Amino acid sequence: MENHIAITGDVDIVTARSRAKDMAAELGFSRTDQTVIAAAVSEVARNILVYAGSGEICLQPRRGNGRWGLVAVASDQGPGIPDIDQALTEGYSTAGSLGVGLSGARRLMDSLEIDSEVGRGTTVTMCKWSHQRA
Amino acid sequence: MRVPVLRQGGCLIASVQDALTDSDLRDLQHRLAEHAGESGVHGVVIDVTVLDVIDSFASRIVSTIASTVRLRGADAVIVGIQPEVAFAMVQLGLTLDGVRTALDLDEGLALLRGPGDR
Repeated sequence: MENHIAITGDVDIVTARSRAKDMAAELGFSRTDQTVIAAAVSEVARNILVYAGSGEICLQPRRGNGRWGLVAVASDQGPGIPDIDQALTEGYSTAGSLGVGLSGARRLMDSLEIDSEVGRGTTVTMCKWSHQRA
Repeated sequence: MRVPVLRQGGCLIASVQDALTDSDLRDLQHRLAEHAGESGVHGVVIDVTVLDVIDSFASRIVSTIASTVRLRGADAVIVGIQPEVAFAMVQLGLTLDGVRTALDLDEGLALLRGPGDR
């Protein structure tokens, strides 16, 4: 069920969020959670495009505590994030956007972790758990 | 996919038919800014009923369209934001402050006609 989506253009953002929504639906997430996951994936996919130019989104189901979870990993070999705390600050942006991308995605998901090295790239791993028992 | 823009009386109706890429949104922004200045146009309705995600970029473009249209002498109304979409937007901190909204196309057009107008 694992799903890799290469992000190289704005069409791929649409593909990534639609695949995320489909997977969330298959895993039994509520309609609201399907939308929430799709919105979070859209934000991190756009970050890839804006900051790194290209990268990949990987979607995978996870099972834990009798529930389904959806893990989305956004990875790129871009410039990296020098100050992760700052990048997670609401309204902070180096790209002239609203600066809600990472902080917003973190609010939408149950967890969001950033692994980044300047000059090497960034990996954002986020997960949301279904409220229903699997 | 290019968003069709129809004219009905003094209103322009941009009816989103499918998921939109960032370039589709920018294209819509430019076309509405252009057409809002045509003679007799006093309102623009953007129908987003089919959108299943409105993220920060889409939200920023919608706000920009509303402000641009106003500067061009018309009013803009966004209609059809779905309940799940609204919930996700609020969590993202995207509240479209200052942008008029209505439940659906009919209510949006009624809002633009205003009370006492024909």
